[in-house]
Amino acid sequence: MTTDQPRPNNALPSDVAVHVRGVTKDFGTGGSLTKALRGVDLDVPYGEMLILAGPSGCGKTTLVSIVAGTLAPTDGDVVVLGKNLIAMPNRLKVRFRRDNVGFVFQSYNLLPALTAAENAAVPLLIAGWRRARAVEAASEVLDTLGLGDRLTRLPTELSGGQQQRVAIARAIVHQPRLLVCDEPTSALDAKNGRITMELIARIAVQPDRAVIVVTHDSRVYSFADRIALMEDGRIESVEAGMHQAHPANPA
Amino acid sequence: MLWIAWKMLIGNRVKYLGIVFGVVFAALLIAQQSSIFCGLMFLTVSQIRDVEGPGIWVMDPNVQFIDDIKPLPDTDLFRVKGVSGVEWAVRFYKGLARARMEQGEFHQMILLGIDDATLVGAPEGIFMGSLADLRKPHAVLLDDAGYKQIWPGEPYILGRVFEMNDRRAVVVGITKASRTFQTFPIVYTLYSRAVLFAPPERKVLSFVLAQPRPGLNATAVCQEITAQTGLQALTREAFMQKTIRHFLAKTGIPVNFAITVLLGFIVGTAIAGQTFYLFTVENIKQFGALKAMGTSNWTILVMVLAQAMQVGAIGYGLGVGLAALFGWGSRGFTKLAFFMPWQVLAITAVAVFFIVVLASLLSIRRVLVVDPAIVFRG
Ligand SMILES: Nc1ncnc2c1ncn2[C@@H]1O[C@H](COP(=O)(O)OP(=O)(O)O)[C@@H](O)[C@H]1O
Ligand SMILES: [Mg+2]
Repeated sequence: MTTDQPRPNNALPSDVAVHVRGVTKDFGTGGSLTKALRGVDLDVPYGEMLILAGPSGCGKTTLVSIVAGTLAPTDGDVVVLGKNLIAMPNRLKVRFRRDNVGFVFQSYNLLPALTAAENAAVPLLIAGWRRARAVEAASEVLDTLGLGDRLTRLPTELSGGQQQRVAIARAIVHQPRLLVCDEPTSALDAKNGRITMELIARIAVQPDRAVIVVTHDSRVYSFADRIALMEDGRIESVEAGMHQAHPANPA
Repeated sequence: MLWIAWKMLIGNRVKYLGIVFGVVFAALLIAQQSSIFCGLMFLTVSQIRDVEGPGIWVMDPNVQFIDDIKPLPDTDLFRVKGVSGVEWAVRFYKGLARARMEQGEFHQMILLGIDDATLVGAPEGIFMGSLADLRKPHAVLLDDAGYKQIWPGEPYILGRVFEMNDRRAVVVGITKASRTFQTFPIVYTLYSRAVLFAPPERKVLSFVLAQPRPGLNATAVCQEITAQTGLQALTREAFMQKTIRHFLAKTGIPVNFAITVLLGFIVGTAIAGQTFYLFTVENIKQFGALKAMGTSNWTILVMVLAQAMQVGAIGYGLGVGLAALFGWGSRGFTKLAFFMPWQVLAITAVAVFFIVVLASLLSIRRVLVVDPAIVFRG
């Protein structure tokens, strides 16, 4: 763990899952240059759900993409789960994502040809599990998410809320230590959005895991431990959320 | 991950069928045209193939192929017999003769004369009458396709009569014979009778058929014959190859077929490649999601290739199957030659392999460069 740290003298507290300092991201060059991030500092400790909020185009997706290791910043330090992502070669980043990151996307991004259980099993399959075992493990997770009777349905046979629950199962089936959700409720109605956030808060948030949820839906702020407000490529403020502890979370 | 790739592929029914169609089209065209080509080449050597006994054909040094008759003097038979490596040797007549039928009409026929004493060179497929009857006066055998050509729609009757060179010929038997390039009826008779049926010439001996002594290498005996007699001596296989080489070199047949095969290859690649690319583009977010979730580029590459191989295998099977069906269906009622040796299957397989690999190249490029970050974009 020590070899991956950018500044060994300035050791990170071991309870910080995500450590971001001075991160900038420019898209394009010359006249079409967009400064998506203009120097972001952010820490997310383990066991916390952080909500990243702010108007459209302020850089939320860019920031979580960098934290999840799918996008390289233009400048700055990014240490996630003790690994320095800046110094990490692409090949290892792929493996890092496979082993440590769960994703929930706004548009679900389920594979339309696979059943619910197979979709939820994809991270295990990527990790090299056998198909039968992976699907079985994924089915158990779907069961806890209330989809035990939808295991063999195709995504097109599921409602939006159900599809997003399959996506959540897929995001946590391999027990990742970082969960990144980009606008998980924006395609859902209020009720399903609520159910989705409840599931993320109840099942995904664990003592050894950090969860970042991007949203501009203020109705779901109540699920957060902290809320980071972004504006024009910067984090303007970090406030405590209404959610204080996880009493209904026996791990 | 492979089954995911396959499920993705089959899940997109329309695109899948489009890609398979491209491959089937190419495989069918390539296999079918190659088979017809092989069939034609096979026809050119059918009269060598039909003479099954002797291993060596001896002929004039300038003969280029089986139908290129340059008669030898009768004495050449004895010169060949005198070669020490030769076990036995017999005369064989091959020529074209005009036959005058009972009603007065004429038919061009292929006339084959086999050795009077041994009947070496006789056809194997006699199904009516008997070979021994060939020793009766005026007796000839006729091939079944020729019989139907002369007397269409009539049942096989022995004893029918026609004239060649003003001499009576009586049909005493009917035999199967491999079809020839010229599609004339084939008449078999004794050598001594054949030379009378044929237009009179100074030299009449078309070929000497010889058998090497047991244990001797046929090619070596051929060299020995050539050295001692100055005649051209070829093993049965070498004569077939020489004949085929002649048709390959001296006719436009191979070029025509090569063009069609190439066309099938190009069009098949274009259809399969374009549809495959559209399929990949349509699924690019799925590949992006897989990459974001930690699928390596290597695995993605294997997945796309697996998809390509899958359509290749299906398309190959269907295409070759259809080609075989076509050949089988056309055997009865068309004159098309069709012969599908394993080489045709192998060539088609190699072509299909290249088609699907070429077709997937663009797709592979596309998925390898796709940025996993796209999955976060709406
Ligand atoms: N791949 C890209 N190329 C160019 N500009 C981009 C790209 N991704 C994002 N941007 C720009 O960066 C800014 C931040 O985008 P984004 O992070 O998606 O915002 P948010 O998720 O908060 O809506 C926007 O102005 C957007 O247009
Ligand atoms: Mg966004």
